[in-house]
Amino acid sequence: MNGQDFTPTSEEHLAEVVAHAVAAGQPLELIGRGSKRGFGRSMQTAGQLDLSGFSGIRMYEPDELVMSAGPATPLAEIETALAAENQELAFEPPHMGHLQASAVTDGSIGGVFACNLAGPRRFRAGSARDHLLGFRAVSGRGEIFKSGGRVVKNVTGYDLCKLMCGSFGTLAAMTEVTFKVLPRAEKVWTVLAFGLSAEQAVRAMAEAAGSPHDVSGLCHLPHDAAARSSVDFVSGAGASVTAIRVEGPGPSVTHRVAALKAMLGSAAGIEELHTHRSVAFWREVRDISPLLDGATVTGDPLWRLSVAPMDGARTMTGVLDSLPGRGLMDWAGGQLWLALEPGAEDGGVAAVRNAMDGGHATLIRGAADLRARIPVFQPQPAPLAALTRRIKNGFDPRGVMNPGRMVEGV
Amino acid sequence: MQMPKPDEATIARRSDLVAAFRDFLPASHVVVDEATLKAFESDGLTAYRQPPMIAVLPETTEEVSRILTLCRDWGVKVVPRGSGTSLSGGALPLADGVLLGLGKFNRVLEIDYDNRTATVQPGVTNLAITHAVEAEGFYYAPDPSSQIACSIGGNVAENSGGVHCLKYGLTTNNILGIEMVTIDGEILRIGGKHLDAEGYDLLGIMTGSEGLLGVVTEVTVRILRKPETVRALLVGFPTVEQGGDCVGRIIGAGIIPAGMEMMDKPAIHAAEAFCHAGYPLDVESILIIELDGPEAEVDHLTEIVSGICNDCGAVSVRVSETEAERMNFWAGRKAAFPAVGRISPDYYCMDGTIPRRQLPLVLKRMSEMSAKYGLGVANVFHAGDGNLHPLILYDANAPGELERAEEFGSDILRLCVEVGGVLTGEHGVGVEKRDLMPEMFTEVDLNQQQRLKCAFDPDGLLNPGKVFPTLHRCAELGRMHIHRGQMPFPDLPRF
Repeated sequence: MNGQDFTPTSEEHLAEVVAHAVAAGQPLELIGRGSKRGFGRSMQTAGQLDLSGFSGIRMYEPDELVMSAGPATPLAEIETALAAENQELAFEPPHMGHLQASAVTDGSIGGVFACNLAGPRRFRAGSARDHLLGFRAVSGRGEIFKSGGRVVKNVTGYDLCKLMCGSFGTLAAMTEVTFKVLPRAEKVWTVLAFGLSAEQAVRAMAEAAGSPHDVSGLCHLPHDAAARSSVDFVSGAGASVTAIRVEGPGPSVTHRVAALKAMLGSAAGIEELHTHRSVAFWREVRDISPLLDGATVTGDPLWRLSVAPMDGARTMTGVLDSLPGRGLMDWAGGQLWLALEPGAEDGGVAAVRNAMDGGHATLIRGAADLRARIPVFQPQPAPLAALTRRIKNGFDPRGVMNPGRMVEGV
Repeated sequence: MQMPKPDEATIARRSDLVAAFRDFLPASHVVVDEATLKAFESDGLTAYRQPPMIAVLPETTEEVSRILTLCRDWGVKVVPRGSGTSLSGGALPLADGVLLGLGKFNRVLEIDYDNRTATVQPGVTNLAITHAVEAEGFYYAPDPSSQIACSIGGNVAENSGGVHCLKYGLTTNNILGIEMVTIDGEILRIGGKHLDAEGYDLLGIMTGSEGLLGVVTEVTVRILRKPETVRALLVGFPTVEQGGDCVGRIIGAGIIPAGMEMMDKPAIHAAEAFCHAGYPLDVESILIIELDGPEAEVDHLTEIVSGICNDCGAVSVRVSETEAERMNFWAGRKAAFPAVGRISPDYYCMDGTIPRRQLPLVLKRMSEMSAKYGLGVANVFHAGDGNLHPLILYDANAPGELERAEEFGSDILRLCVEVGGVLTGEHGVGVEKRDLMPEMFTEVDLNQQQRLKCAFDPDGLLNPGKVFPTLHRCAELGRMHIHRGQMPFPDLPRF
């Protein structure tokens, strides 16, 4: 079958393109900016649906804490516009272009929502799905529809925004996203504790998360990951680094940093990072840079695990005891990133999923043949898998939208 | 309001159905006598009443599964119910339907302070979760005003909010996992103690689905550490516009208070007469601004916020000195509904959301409508997130007043949509706003939502008559018209 690529410039064009794809039985790969094309199962799509025609900020009202944009708008463009008003995306979406051998290093806002990505602040501020307020889209039926709105408090009808987040373009092609934005903190400081074991770090992070000090970042870098940081106090620690971020107005931050240092006690070496170094450090954690080989892009397996925070250390150690690689813990232990060395035939899938007791693991990066061979996303129990297929069928009955990106047949 | 026509054949089989339920449920858990059924005839929206055909009160997930399987096999409609505090008729029974009451699911199952989660049964009240964890200094953040009575299962069904949503989010942002039963009797577990559930976000879809997709039998919520310090400011303004402007300026200064509530003059006077909270009576609007966090932060922000209020022309700014004083500031706001109930024989509570900056326009248009319909209106307003609760004053015993109040309410909600807002911020669509859905959504939008319903409940047996103004058969919704061989936009760039 000869595939065709399309670059529609209006919702009506897009609806026609989808109707054509349905009639021609031609599945489409949805592309915003292409930074995450290597994320998900390898697909057999004949053509590309390039959504770059839906780009640009359409509405931004800082005092209403809301922005609307075309889904292909570069994330950097959005972040620049927000920064000019001292605002930000509170869920800190990671920039993932550098993980792939892709010409595009900067992803799109639509891709962020479609993949439901969030950074270190997630455990406090929520994920992408907690910030999408409304969208417009064309379904796999070729119909233009919308859901949600532009206000935070809205329970009118099913919350399809949640469904679109994390659906990886398998249900509909979004043409506009409206999302919540929030003020950026005046001061960002970080308390570092050196030399904790992963298990000790998880306990310390739980204590900090359960304290009244309102922390907004809790991560642990084992020694090998910490050594790759570009922040001198971290790379020069010569030991593992456990980091606790505190954000807010000046007097509040100094007070809380002092309280957290007292809480951690003198058992570990303690250091603090002030705003400039803090921002650089948490950006690295957000983008998983300390696990990567500098600028060299490899296809080595990179896994993301979502587990109960207290299971973080045990799970990470469990995998890395059996397979060579590096890891880091974010979200107080609730999110693990594991960069495995090549070698394991199955990309480490068996070791990773066997080490888990609940939660799920996703292969974020891997060679195309590996992503065709193993379940990239955590397999679901049969009744949930069947429900997933029925939901897909309601939006995209002919399977023209990113078919097979998440699960075969979806 | 038209509910689906009761199916006489189902009603005729009532005693067979009762016998089938009593095969696996204790007789006392299958309610059939009229007097007891009457207790379920309405929820918090008391204008609508209908006793159910049968009420069943299961105790275990397996019983829920068997009840639903039986109802599916017999083609009988099911209305799930938690505490029955819905303000939109979400738990209104059906004459030919089974009411599935979850009141016996009332246990706290597990509290995990290290992972900061609590796992509870759906009949546990919202406030009981906080009570279960507060000795350790934790709480559950969403706090709908009915929190003493409303169940967490109902909170999931309605995606309930409260006065602290601006900073802490709604139910959907505060739950991590559920166990649910589908109409096929399938028991599904979604999420858990980890932060992101895998696959499609079914947790997000179930939250706010108003009992149309499945029955929740267990909920895992995230619990938060109580802030060190909580302080409230009570601020009076000579005009409503200045109060509204002040809300925007506080947020514009990069401050997200824990709560920001506004009341207009009629609401202030009603509340003050009812509970003597010390509200200023010579102002057109008041704001209650709550700040929480470490003491150093609250001190710092109190100063900044007071300054902004003064700049906005506040005529009085009071800062709570003690916890008792803070509670007193809230007392009037929290008693606003019963207080309004004292100045009017009946009131009708609305729940639209608007972009904040539209507040002055919306209040002006509302007072014009008030004159047109000859009915008073008092406003309480979650000002921080734009959620309005106009209380329309009427007398149900005066001929035509209920109808006028409902029309007035509909006009207010249409206005909310017109200015960029939505029909309901936290009370749900239910039966109340069902027929207004086309004001906000096209037929294509609504059909797409119903296709999601079809994935869960293809025969439409769960809570029919709620949310959707028109019910389509799933087979009809699944049809697709395909134009074979048609080339779209021949001039479109292709590569």
